[in-house]
Amino acid sequence: MLEKAIYGGRRYWVWIFFLLGLISVGFLAYLYQFKNGLGVTGMSRDVSWGLYIGQFTFLVGVAASGVMVVLPYYLHDYKKFGRLTILGEFLAIAAVIMCMLFIFVDLGQPLRVLNVILHPTPNSVMFYDMLVLSGYLFLNLLIGWTVLGAERKEVAPPKWVKPLIILSICWAPSIHTVTAFLYAGIPGRHFWLTAILAARFLASAFAGGPALLIILALIVRKYTKFDPGKEAIQSLGKIVTYCMLINVFFLGLELFTAFYSQIPGHMHSFVYLYAGLHGHNQLVPIMWVSSILAVIAIGLLVFPQIRKNESLLAVACLATFFSLWIDKGFGLVIGGFVPNPFERITEYWPTLPEALITLAVWAIGFLVLTILYKIAISIKEEVVFDKYGEKQIKAE
Amino acid sequence: MYNAGKIIIGIIIFVALVTFPFIFAGGKATAKPDPKIDTPEIFKMPENERKCVESKAFMKKEHMQLLNDWRDRVVRDGNTIYTNAEGKTFNMSLQNTCMRCHSNKKKFCDECHNYAAVTPYCWDCHIAPKEKES
Amino acid sequence: MSINRRKFLKMAGISTILGIGGVSAVQGVKNHVEASQVSRNPAALTAKRWAMVVDMSKFKSEEDYQKCINACHLAHNVPHITDNPKHEVKWMWTETYEHAFPGNEDQYRAERFQEMPFLMLCNHCENPPCVRVCPTQATFKRKSDGIVMMDMHRCIGCRFCMAGCPYGARSFNYKNPRPYINESKENREFPTRMKGVVEKCTLCYERLAKGLQPACVEASNGALIFGDLEDPNSAVRKVLSERFTIRRKPELGTGPSVYYII
Repeated sequence: MLEKAIYGGRRYWVWIFFLLGLISVGFLAYLYQFKNGLGVTGMSRDVSWGLYIGQFTFLVGVAASGVMVVLPYYLHDYKKFGRLTILGEFLAIAAVIMCMLFIFVDLGQPLRVLNVILHPTPNSVMFYDMLVLSGYLFLNLLIGWTVLGAERKEVAPPKWVKPLIILSICWAPSIHTVTAFLYAGIPGRHFWLTAILAARFLASAFAGGPALLIILALIVRKYTKFDPGKEAIQSLGKIVTYCMLINVFFLGLELFTAFYSQIPGHMHSFVYLYAGLHGHNQLVPIMWVSSILAVIAIGLLVFPQIRKNESLLAVACLATFFSLWIDKGFGLVIGGFVPNPFERITEYWPTLPEALITLAVWAIGFLVLTILYKIAISIKEEVVFDKYGEKQIKAE
Repeated sequence: MYNAGKIIIGIIIFVALVTFPFIFAGGKATAKPDPKIDTPEIFKMPENERKCVESKAFMKKEHMQLLNDWRDRVVRDGNTIYTNAEGKTFNMSLQNTCMRCHSNKKKFCDECHNYAAVTPYCWDCHIAPKEKES
Repeated sequence: MSINRRKFLKMAGISTILGIGGVSAVQGVKNHVEASQVSRNPAALTAKRWAMVVDMSKFKSEEDYQKCINACHLAHNVPHITDNPKHEVKWMWTETYEHAFPGNEDQYRAERFQEMPFLMLCNHCENPPCVRVCPTQATFKRKSDGIVMMDMHRCIGCRFCMAGCPYGARSFNYKNPRPYINESKENREFPTRMKGVVEKCTLCYERLAKGLQPACVEASNGALIFGDLEDPNSAVRKVLSERFTIRRKPELGTGPSVYYII
């Protein structure tokens, strides 16, 4: 099936080579970082995790969101998602690969990464994170490949795939819960030390991931003969709406606990992020951009007439995605480190090498996504085209 | 031959890539390693005491495994004394025991390491003895 | 019996993985050094749980505590990074009261207490969060004496321990520390670290192994009292029974082993 990825039109190859270009530049930046150490990033003794870990956290959510299409289709027979499941699974694969790459580029001694496997540490959440991410990647690869292969041969998938799919449905929330546990069990970092953190992570994941999936589905419909389905996209839109509302509600709950209790440790990080603390306010503009985007997103999503308009839905999904990307991919991690355990403030902003490496990892993810989608869509175009004998552009 | 042009060019590129390391290194890397143990610290000891922690054959083959074990015993268990097969005791330390006698890293350690093209990063941390330019 | 190319490749791949995996597993388990060959230095200082009491009343001038910090940093080749405060590495330093004990602020506290330079170091907690989070056990609590140790060879530089430490005791080598170590003053009996690993105070385990007191204790002229918390006759227990002490953030349940007499 891989051979489907090497046949493509001009647009396809321009996109592939653009991604390869970004990857090459980022790779050179990584060599620079490997040689000189992580000091080339903006991280410091106080803010010891930065953009890389923030992006990892956000992308685990995107990876977990694959379950939002798989669960209704396989557990509840929601046939409308039939054409989306493979897109969701392949998005999950690309996202997990990006997660693992972000962790790798963040390590101070990346060549020793196998120590996590050689010296298993059951009390460390990071050990479990490595296990669940690897397992999820393997599961999605196996399931996606098998189901797609079966569709290509126009037979039903083998029976053993079903229990694995059920397993992946349970596994998906676990990968993001474990990632939340990286933060939620750290004493002394009060911004993270909240039971609702895992719930917030899941809510934002199930809003941000499907939002991206909607945009990808719309792109797929525009540039290929494959149509994931208008109703499927609308159902996903409803999921994004509700999860975004829940996510913002949870943030409100956090703000209430922090500010009604008036406990300084709980308030300080929020004040730093949204208003600035002791004159340090570097992150305030982007946090407010995130909030405004969230308001715009919800304003567009909540009204069915607006949601039914696919162009406006696309705008709303972009707003959702970028709002959550800033909030979770940046604000969450930095907020935990500011102020530091001594109530001092060291600010953080990514450097150019850091940004280039981040861009390269995203490019790798999009490259994997492009290749996998090309394979899936080529097969679906063939199969569905031949079956009905007509151009498959009308949605159900 | 079909596609003769492409195939011949491919074979030429293949041969060039495979033989490149040998052409590039030239005669430099083929000299047999000759680690020297004529350091002043070794000469200070009486002849019959000039013995390493273990036998030469053992050290040649397994010095890295010994050092790994030493590392775990010292760092992780807190034990510092090693008794070798002949009952002699040593402090388990690369920097303070091994490099004490073998203070000529360039003419001892690097000889074999360069030949085998390995770059152990021990001395990124374990301060190598200052070598006298003789 | 015919076999197609795909099946052959699958079998070859699986046998390779099993073969390499099997060989490594067997080799990895083999012990090269017998346990009987290894022993502790008889002169080593031992304890069930090391602890330190910082008597702030004995630190009168800046020189007093700077002596301790210098003794520590010189004995362990701690790099002195001045060009970028974000990358600084410190095992021991001072903080004023409001920064050492945040959450205990009081604007009406006497100025001499507000300005006191409390010596900060790793607290070698009884229940260390950093050890709990480390994915490779590169930082671990030594069973013999409770020191929270660093295995620089195993650290992958993930910095989870730095996020986990509520006391900000840990530093990361954001770049190669060697250029920042004064070669004329370096301690040639102790290694440096390389870029990409986390470091912190290790209670001078290498000095304890030789029967010496930690470098800072030796340089403190009696201001730092060091001993076994679980030995009722030790110096630390004696001081703790006579004077009132505070610890940093005890409400977090970490069980810090560094006490402060104001």
